[in-house]
Amino acid sequence: MTLDPNTLLTILAMMAATVATRLGGLLLVTHFTLTPRLKKALGVVPPAVLMAVVTPTALASGPAETTACAITAIAALRFSLLPAAALRPWRCCAESDCKKILPKS
Amino acid sequence: MSISGKGAEFSAGLRVAAPLLVAMVPIGVVFGAVAIGKGLSPLEASLMSLLVFAGGSQFVAMDLWTHPASWSALGFAALLVNLRHVLMSASIAGKLDDFRGWRKYAAMLVLTDESWALSEFRVIAGRLTAGFFTGAALSIYLVWNLATLAGALLGSVVGDMSVIGLDFAFPAVFIVLLMGFWKGRETGFVLLASAAAACLTHALVPGAWYIAAGALAGLAVAAFGHEEQAEQPA
Repeated sequence: MTLDPNTLLTILAMMAATVATRLGGLLLVTHFTLTPRLKKALGVVPPAVLMAVVTPTALASGPAETTACAITAIAALRFSLLPAAALRPWRCCAESDCKKILPKS
Repeated sequence: MSISGKGAEFSAGLRVAAPLLVAMVPIGVVFGAVAIGKGLSPLEASLMSLLVFAGGSQFVAMDLWTHPASWSALGFAALLVNLRHVLMSASIAGKLDDFRGWRKYAAMLVLTDESWALSEFRVIAGRLTAGFFTGAALSIYLVWNLATLAGALLGSVVGDMSVIGLDFAFPAVFIVLLMGFWKGRETGFVLLASAAAACLTHALVPGAWYIAAGALAGLAVAAFGHEEQAEQPA
């Protein structure tokens, strides 16, 4: 087990950069009042970021990846896959009689 | 909320994260193995996963790794790759009012693409609680670090995982989640703008600028696309 000082410095620099991005958004919304337009823009952050993250794989990796992504997207529309499957127990719970089991805070 | 309610929320977080945790193990193992291949010790590889805890930027760092490592170049690369966290944390922070005071900051420190996407989806389905976020985020933290350690100890024994298609697990999960955010034609314009800008930037600019470019293009379309709607109080 070795720990090179230079490697440690690099890891710490990466940590500082990552922490800054993780706290940056929270600090922005707590210290600045958002205009309606900014709020509207923030509302589409999830699809906009996810789309940008998958774009190189989906469109610029090759025909195999593009096809696989298209099939995944169509499958997700046809049968609600992971989110529905994963959230269903909870959703049924919230909609029906689970309020008795899970008291409000 | 009562203890049992918190426990139920925590296990709900674990449950939705479970498929991602399974997919994450081989990726973490590969990261550990690649790090050893690049000359890092198991301790250094584990420290990176423990302290940085952002898979994308860790792989980019391995790609750019030199001897001795350039802390400024790798720190800047991590900043670029993780710039999307600014938008993610700004978006999820307002929906995490279940966390009080410093706990919200602590929660943001373990925010990842996976826990963020699951949490955003949870907001659509109902209410996002601290228990749910903790269950999802902490299980991801634990599995990512255990997988890194395992990979680092296995070292070069593990070969190239891209041949068996496991590297496709994450784009697939993101696409499935993405389709869940569809809210009609306007979402289509946002996605088109994001994809077009990301594609163009990916082709023209080296590095991870494409994520920021795509995200900002999508946001711009939402902010300036329909003037009359933008003026209404949110």
